[in-house]
Amino acid sequence: MYEILRKEKLAENIYLMDIHAPRVAASAHPGQFIILRSTPEGERIPLTISDYDIERGTVQIVVQTLGVSTLKLAEKEVGECVEDFAGPLGRPSDFIYENIEELKGKKLLFIAGGVGTAPVYPQVKWLKEHGVDADVIIGAKTKSLLILTDEMRAVAGNLYIATDDGSEGFHGMVTGCLKKLVEEDGKKYDTVITIGPMIMMKFVSLTTKELGIPTIASLNSLMVDGTGMCGACRVSVGGKTKFTCVDGPEFDAHEVDFDEAMRRSGQYRDEEQRRLEKYKDHKCRIGLDK
Amino acid sequence: MANIISRTPVREQDPAQRAANFEEVCYGFNVEEAQREASRCLNCRNPRCVQACPVNIQIPNFIAEVVAGNYQQAADIIAEDSLLPSICGRVCPQESQCEGSCILGIKHEPVAIGKLERFVGDWQLENGKKETAQIEPNGKKVAVVGSGPAGLACAADLAKLGYEVTVFEALHRLGGVLSYGIPEFRLPKERIVAREIEKVSRLGVKFEKNIIVGRTVTIDSLTEEGFDAVFVGSGAGLPKFMGIPGENLNGVFSANEFLTRINLMGAFAPEENDTPVRRGKKVAVVGGGNVAMDAVRSAKRLGAEAYIVYRRSEAELPARVEEVHHAKEEGIEFAMLTNPVSIEADEKGWVRALRCVKMELGEPDESGRRSPVEVAGSEFEIECDTVIMALGTSPNPLIASTTEGLERNRRGCLVATEEGATTREGVFAGGDAVTGAATVILAMGAGRKAAKAIHEYLNNK
Repeated sequence: MYEILRKEKLAENIYLMDIHAPRVAASAHPGQFIILRSTPEGERIPLTISDYDIERGTVQIVVQTLGVSTLKLAEKEVGECVEDFAGPLGRPSDFIYENIEELKGKKLLFIAGGVGTAPVYPQVKWLKEHGVDADVIIGAKTKSLLILTDEMRAVAGNLYIATDDGSEGFHGMVTGCLKKLVEEDGKKYDTVITIGPMIMMKFVSLTTKELGIPTIASLNSLMVDGTGMCGACRVSVGGKTKFTCVDGPEFDAHEVDFDEAMRRSGQYRDEEQRRLEKYKDHKCRIGLDK
Repeated sequence: MANIISRTPVREQDPAQRAANFEEVCYGFNVEEAQREASRCLNCRNPRCVQACPVNIQIPNFIAEVVAGNYQQAADIIAEDSLLPSICGRVCPQESQCEGSCILGIKHEPVAIGKLERFVGDWQLENGKKETAQIEPNGKKVAVVGSGPAGLACAADLAKLGYEVTVFEALHRLGGVLSYGIPEFRLPKERIVAREIEKVSRLGVKFEKNIIVGRTVTIDSLTEEGFDAVFVGSGAGLPKFMGIPGENLNGVFSANEFLTRINLMGAFAPEENDTPVRRGKKVAVVGGGNVAMDAVRSAKRLGAEAYIVYRRSEAELPARVEEVHHAKEEGIEFAMLTNPVSIEADEKGWVRALRCVKMELGEPDESGRRSPVEVAGSEFEIECDTVIMALGTSPNPLIASTTEGLERNRRGCLVATEEGATTREGVFAGGDAVTGAATVILAMGAGRKAAKAIHEYLNNK
């Protein structure tokens, strides 16, 4: 059992948790993910690592409640435990293996969407600690759904915010913000790294292709075991089938078949919706009994 | 003796009924049935069954104890060679091992050795001694990677020799393929698998779940933690696909995924467990091995009209005869000499049909089986909404790729001697990680051999 040592509500339906898992914390690198089960009957949920602290033995995750399993996790409080917590999984970000001096000469831009902001943070933080300033665009529908902006500001070179409704920062999508930076403000980027909803990553990828900037996307495919056993996470990259869990989660975005990836992500959507409604209905009834 | 001729029938759940539930198919022998069947054994002076058993269980000896009603003694005789009789009695391919070489089988039917082993194993789980073993520790530590049959057998033998053994399991439940792969209706998880593992715990073996060796820890970090030797029994977990068009459509799954959702995650009981599984209306399972039979029978139990699609003929099916027989009884359709060429989609990207070509048998290949050849112009479609690929598995590269000096062969299997020594000193391996996908009993045997080799290695160190 793995104890929850800290819990914060970052925005509506988005929670941050520090979970005590010393072995995972000791081995974690930016770009990797974990799989947890909150309850004995629960699903294995893959979540990207958003920070880790070797001394405290904790791994930080950020979860958005979408279905029954994420709801059950978000209902847990500090002092309670999650049933299982396994990781780190996947390959670390490529840049941690690069020559630091070369990396310092590169201009990196991270484009994060919604809850995807969380896994961008440890990458930008790692770069900062190694003397590399990376720029970051954080996008969200509206101001109240922005997360970790202060934390990100502390480690990023330049931080840009984009909201669909213009309630904070750039008025529009992250792709609009990116185009403005490059085409109007004359910014030059060697690599873009994007983490967020599949649909956002697809359009970031289309935009950077147009702009001629190499781009990496971190995919959040469906998974069961996360160790290469089930193949639920398979994705077409450059016409070849890859497993997100062991070959990724980061891939060359210009080679990823995002339409297929989005279609595959929705395979259990009807069933998940049915279960969610049933769970919420069940919760309401518990309330009525009191 | 009349009863020598006819094998004692084993009671099974009615096919129509069991095709809609996940309860165990075979009920096994009761005491009377076991004794009747045991009395058929001729107790041959030179028992061919013992030679045909991968771990050389003293079969006539344990059967003689069953005849005498000394079930504990029977269990003790099996325990000298096998750790998991309740499991092997259920899943071993007896027809090609012990029972396949039984003298009675030449003219009549072989003794039901598997069912007798199962009877003794289950008797032991129900009635046997349950005290914790008192073993003098020898002060040395061994790490075992994987809690499947190879790892369990290796861990148990080392613990009996006084080693402090820790088993590291990547998943959240112990048992490896016994838990995630083989379905409940063939191998009950709580009643059998968990209790067989409990026997290993009672020897003092420690288990750590959720540890992915190669990620959470490495072979090197385990050595730094103070383990004197490591046994790798990580199995063959990576699913193969055919590489035909349409394999990434919605509704196409590896048998591993389908079975893991059902077995490990309990998706067959949606009221109790949160993990979903695809419940197809018409399911085509590609392959002819035990995993294909498990997948197709599981699909049937989830309510589908279910097909096996296999490129050779029935005689070449690699699955156990009993599984094929049970599948047929349950109403599984067999499309033999049929090879998929593509998977066709509907307008939303879900499976609509499996496009196949008819095959005919040609000359025997290197495996001795007649190799199938396409019949020109014979393409046709099998309408279905789900396709499950059960084409075999290969070892996970995670450990080898993170351990210096650990060599793999062309098929991705760890290179190891007959005794289990790998190319890296102090690291031993066995089971599917070395052989590629094989059987529970071979993995268990390899685990035991490696335990012996580890003992010799550490004694001479």
